[in-house]
Amino acid sequence: MTAYIVRRLFATLPVMAVVAIFVFFLIRFAPGDPAAIIAGEDATAEAIAQVRMKLGLDRPVLEQFAIWSLQLLQGDLGISIFSNLPVTRLIAQRLEPTLALTLSTLFVAVALAVPIGVVAAWKARKLVDRLVMGFAVLGFAMPVFVLAYILIYFFAVQWRLLPVQGYAPIGEGFWPFVESLILPSVALGVTYMALIARITRASMLEVLAQDYIRTANSKGLATDRVLLLHALKNAAVPIVTVIGIGIALLISGVVITETVFNIPGLGRLTVDAVLKRDYPVVQGLILVFAGAKVLVNLVIDISYAFLDPRIRY
Amino acid sequence: MFKRILAGALALAVPFAAGQALAQEKVLKAVMHADVRVIDPIWTTQTIANIHGMLVYDTLFGNDAQMRPQPQMVGKYEISPDKLTYTFTLRDNLKFGDGSPVTTKDVIASLKRWGAKDGVGQRLMSYVDKMEAVDDKTFRMVLTKPYGMVLESLGKTNSSVAVIMREQEAKTDPQTQVKEAVGSGPFNFAKDQWVPGSKAVYVKNPHYVPRPGNESASSFAGTKYAGVDRIELVWISDSQTAMSALINGEIDFVEAPQIDFLPMLEKARGVKLMKTGNLDSTVGMIRLNHLHPPFNNPKARQALYHLINQEDFLRAIVGNPEYYKVCHGLLTCGSPLANDGGSAMLKDYNPKKALQLLKEAGYNGEPIVVLQATDHNTITPATQVLVQAMREAGINVDAQAMDWGTVVTRRAKKDPPAQGGWNIFVTTTGGVGSSNPVLHTWLGAACDKGLFGWPCDAKIEELRNAYAFAQTDEEKKKIATELQTRALEQVVYIPFGQWTVPLAYRADRLEGIVPNTGLAVLWNIKKK
Repeated sequence: MTAYIVRRLFATLPVMAVVAIFVFFLIRFAPGDPAAIIAGEDATAEAIAQVRMKLGLDRPVLEQFAIWSLQLLQGDLGISIFSNLPVTRLIAQRLEPTLALTLSTLFVAVALAVPIGVVAAWKARKLVDRLVMGFAVLGFAMPVFVLAYILIYFFAVQWRLLPVQGYAPIGEGFWPFVESLILPSVALGVTYMALIARITRASMLEVLAQDYIRTANSKGLATDRVLLLHALKNAAVPIVTVIGIGIALLISGVVITETVFNIPGLGRLTVDAVLKRDYPVVQGLILVFAGAKVLVNLVIDISYAFLDPRIRY
Repeated sequence: MFKRILAGALALAVPFAAGQALAQEKVLKAVMHADVRVIDPIWTTQTIANIHGMLVYDTLFGNDAQMRPQPQMVGKYEISPDKLTYTFTLRDNLKFGDGSPVTTKDVIASLKRWGAKDGVGQRLMSYVDKMEAVDDKTFRMVLTKPYGMVLESLGKTNSSVAVIMREQEAKTDPQTQVKEAVGSGPFNFAKDQWVPGSKAVYVKNPHYVPRPGNESASSFAGTKYAGVDRIELVWISDSQTAMSALINGEIDFVEAPQIDFLPMLEKARGVKLMKTGNLDSTVGMIRLNHLHPPFNNPKARQALYHLINQEDFLRAIVGNPEYYKVCHGLLTCGSPLANDGGSAMLKDYNPKKALQLLKEAGYNGEPIVVLQATDHNTITPATQVLVQAMREAGINVDAQAMDWGTVVTRRAKKDPPAQGGWNIFVTTTGGVGSSNPVLHTWLGAACDKGLFGWPCDAKIEELRNAYAFAQTDEEKKKIATELQTRALEQVVYIPFGQWTVPLAYRADRLEGIVPNTGLAVLWNIKKK
């Protein structure tokens, strides 16, 4: 297993290199010029050209790539063109809100969706099942931002129970921290919850139809033991896979959720950097996201071995 | 043992006490039209960088609501009878946020940097023979010609304000951003708390010395002071969220609420809307590319006047007539120099005539490339109205959709439209700057050295120069009328009206907002 993990970790290096090359050239070939944005509305073409020269953006693209690659090999993601601050500092500032939002969403979604999916499978084709499936369809169909605005309108503006926007770091107290995450987690979690609930149901239905479950039932085992110990454990591999795939869904969902709820996380940093053509920040962020995705996949793959003893690496 | 218990109790008490102190701090939370990403107001012309600049830095002069320059950092000044030598003496005890004194070395270095970068500064510096320090508090500016816009330029309130930095920052190459923002303004920039794209924090500058006499604040002039202990410029990119946060009381001030939400804000308890004055408006402009056919021909440019019904544009952008004004002049309507010179042809809305004039000017149905911004709350609808009007008139329009970031890049290209260039783009500018022929840079026609579209007309430049040397108000008005007539003949741009977005604030918490500035300023605001 250790050899496998080491092998997989080394395998991430070429993946990251490809991502780095792809992102660097993609953003360079996209239209737009940070120098024009910096120079501002009333700047002349000459002033824009001067800013471009000072930023080194007038150099050949390959030369810019070589400079950036050398910095990267030294662990330096570069300096933001706009704020003049290191990209690592900008990412570090935004990491906590995004991690908190992702984990709280994951927690809310998994804690609710798995039991819902299990119950739906257990009560297949009955009212509960139909309600769960109805919720799943609605959850998929409703865009995150629509749900977010509805939640804000009722819970924050009308009933004044929760804040409209912002993020309170855990250092400012546990309740303000939780309070700032409730609405965004629910808004972001519903789609994710719908996905996990559907897969849990389907996977459980397959397992519940197998002979060993019939045997367990005929032996007189309690329903909860049959469902949770015998069925759910064996249905877990596809569920865990979907949770892993869902991380990518969360990353894209975080961009919208952070914008609507004004959470200063990596999602908003990405959107702002793309709109402003802040090349070093976009490049650094995509590398971080790619690294996170690769690591999540690794953790999921390793978890298979624990969930299903037949899987060996 | 006792000592340990005491130490433990103190350790617990200190953060509590700090929390209490923070709780008593008067904090103004404001949402501006953009986020503070650049801390150097000279390096960029972005308005938000100037708003940041005016919190941190001070200026020698400040133009008041009537655009008259009033001394700010300057205590007294003298102008020689030949109007060639200006002698300025700084007020006593001026200090930067780090406690160091403001000297004439700082002032001269700052003016040189500003004069090398800003358009108005460049114009002023072209008439400056030398700037020399008499002592630490007094300096002299010697001109080659009696340029009449010295004080107005130093007190300008639109892009790239002439702020005074410490000499060490002011010596930075104007094309490079300064690394620290330390000024002698009412607030210090808390760089360690800055989260670009999310929050910029300013704390009261203990070394700031306001103008004595408690003069009433008027735009950039008068006594200004820090009315709160701390200002947080919170960036909320989603305008609906910003509105909800204001209604919910999570923030105190929204500089530019989306126009669609104004009716809801008018009804919200504790929230008030405030119109910031006649001059503090936005002016809509359609810019044509003078380098390429068909708009290298004045007749083709003039043809487009007949396509513009300003009401159509203003209804699409603003909707409520309370907030917009039809204005056929190029100098801000409502300003002292506003006039009717040359504007008759803008009042003849006639799409058929437009096409006929275009054909007479040699237009044969070639595609007209319009840069169509898709993500701007005012420019996007205005461009849509323009494109529709052109199509209805029978013009072959190639509307190329792109985000605003791409428009600002693309408009700098001088290539022919078929090779990546353009024919038309829509933009906006501020009403305060547009009220003065010299400060209104879009009025210029300096060919290659001018702004995108590159109008080229020696007469216009001559008149702008003449305005800067005019000695009386009458003379200024006469030149302004002549200038506007000529600029409309040459079609430096096509105006499509002006509008004002009121600011929204929590009236149950705030008082002392300074109106009519051209640039939102947050000094003098007190929290109840």
